[in-house]
Amino acid sequence: MAEINRDDVAHLARLAHIDMYDDELDRMAGELAVIVDSVKSISEVAGDDVPATSHPIPLSNVFREDVVGATLTNEEALLGAPDNADGRFRVPAILDGE
Amino acid sequence: MTAGTDEVLSFDEAMEKYDPVLGFEVHVELNTRTKMFSSAPNAFGDVPNTNVTPVDLGLPGVLPVVNGVAVESAIKIGLALNCSIAEKCYFARKNYFYPDTPKNFQTSQFEDPIAYDGSIDIELADGTVFTVEIERAHMEEDAGKLTHVGGSTGRIQGAEYSLVDYNRAGVPLIEIVTKPIEGAGARAPELAKAYVAAIREIVKNLGVSDARMERGNVRCDANVSLRPHGREQFGTRTETKNVNSLRAVEHAVRYEIQRHAAVLDSGTPILQETRHWHEDTRSTTSGRPKSDADDYRYFPEPDLVPVVTDEAWIETLRASLPEPPAERRKRLQADWGYSDAEFRDVVNAGVMTSIEDTVAAGVGAVAARKWWMGEISRRAKLADVEPSELGVTPELVVELQGLIDAGKINDKLSRDVLDGVLAGEGTPAEVVEQRGLAVVSDDGPLLDAIDGALAAQPDVADKIRGGKIQAVGAIVGGVMKATRGQADAGRVRELILQRLGVEG
Repeated sequence: MAEINRDDVAHLARLAHIDMYDDELDRMAGELAVIVDSVKSISEVAGDDVPATSHPIPLSNVFREDVVGATLTNEEALLGAPDNADGRFRVPAILDGE
Repeated sequence: MTAGTDEVLSFDEAMEKYDPVLGFEVHVELNTRTKMFSSAPNAFGDVPNTNVTPVDLGLPGVLPVVNGVAVESAIKIGLALNCSIAEKCYFARKNYFYPDTPKNFQTSQFEDPIAYDGSIDIELADGTVFTVEIERAHMEEDAGKLTHVGGSTGRIQGAEYSLVDYNRAGVPLIEIVTKPIEGAGARAPELAKAYVAAIREIVKNLGVSDARMERGNVRCDANVSLRPHGREQFGTRTETKNVNSLRAVEHAVRYEIQRHAAVLDSGTPILQETRHWHEDTRSTTSGRPKSDADDYRYFPEPDLVPVVTDEAWIETLRASLPEPPAERRKRLQADWGYSDAEFRDVVNAGVMTSIEDTVAAGVGAVAARKWWMGEISRRAKLADVEPSELGVTPELVVELQGLIDAGKINDKLSRDVLDGVLAGEGTPAEVVEQRGLAVVSDDGPLLDAIDGALAAQPDVADKIRGGKIQAVGAIVGGVMKATRGQADAGRVRELILQRLGVEG
């Protein structure tokens, strides 16, 4: 089994800002370990000559011309915002939760 | 959290005991037309949340595309910093939760920056040169702008809520990171300022950034640590964030050195943390602790393919680079024949380019320096603007100097002419005409004034007759006064000596 313990999951949950109950942490540790083990099986077929691959399609240098295109209006930009004020996104006090 | 309550040691005392080590992260906003990964305009001061596309707002299903000009700008900066350019590099996601990024990650570079292992020579005011090693320069994107509302100070502490403008989110940034800078000693604050000034100058000279610090185009995070003299191992560092003027960089480094020294003297370890700089109190306050707790879970950005460079591309870009500022200074000083001190003053006064343009327009280097360092700088200081912003063109200096060289006006009158031109009274020739400033060249009125001055100071007249030629200055002064400065002093001197029958 992969080494994913309860503390790892608690750490990840904290980084991801997800509240988890104790029993969820235990269950998730087990489930994640299975996933990591599955992925790990790839290294059984990939030898040392195969580098870690993040981009499987051999593409590079896909660039855009530096030309201004269409933008959203202020109203459109704020459409999905839970709250707004003065044409800007309004968010709760930032230091409160810390 | 009150600013400026920390104990500090005097700078001299801190230097007697400790050796500072510096490190800088400078963020440079590029002046591309569009953002790093979207075609939204990269512009300052527009209506909030209008320079945005779904990509900048991190909406579901969007696909970022890299701005090719920004990549070339990054390579140019790397080359100007004498860096190696990566043959292949990737973008990465730096994950964090903060309202300044709507995506909950910043697209950046992690293990493989586009430029690495460079160095630049930094020249201090007295000519001492420090070589600063560059660790890396990588591409990333700027964050949105937060405004904290409520509370008394507009600061994040005590705010009721915050407002977010994403116009700046996604603006191309190049982050330049130094290796630890050792051996600066008591020059550390000065070196800090000079380093940031050099980076600003380089990116401005390359034309890749507007480099306006007051707009946040160039922002500096300054790392400081101290170690007792003779110790190899670095002390614990603090990182003072967003120090955004050259003066503030110098002050912040000096303050942190003094604060660290006091903490270390008290036997307490330095807490590794970020610090906030306060310009009003010229001090720092504690930010958030920074340690291994910084866990951004970087991973390769799956939506962006790698950037691959080759020799031909890099050499084309290298060939397009302008003359480096340091080399340009050396060339100009040699061309103009200024002493080191004269040239430093010119550079520090910010008039080097103005002099260069003025010399190119046909004024001699000595006269050009006299104009820009003298009358023009003086007026700029009174008006509280840069000399180059006063509205004095090289052509104007050419005209003024031409009038002097032709004997139409003298140095003193030329100041009145300059005032007239700056007041909008017309060209120098027009001002001379309208204000009646032409040098009195008709000897008749001059001879009257000379006779008057000789009669007023008979003892001086006798001395001159007796061979004390140097006493003539007193009579010249009297004549200049009587003609309200509108006489040619050289001609007056000649006439006085003639009048008294003395050989000049």
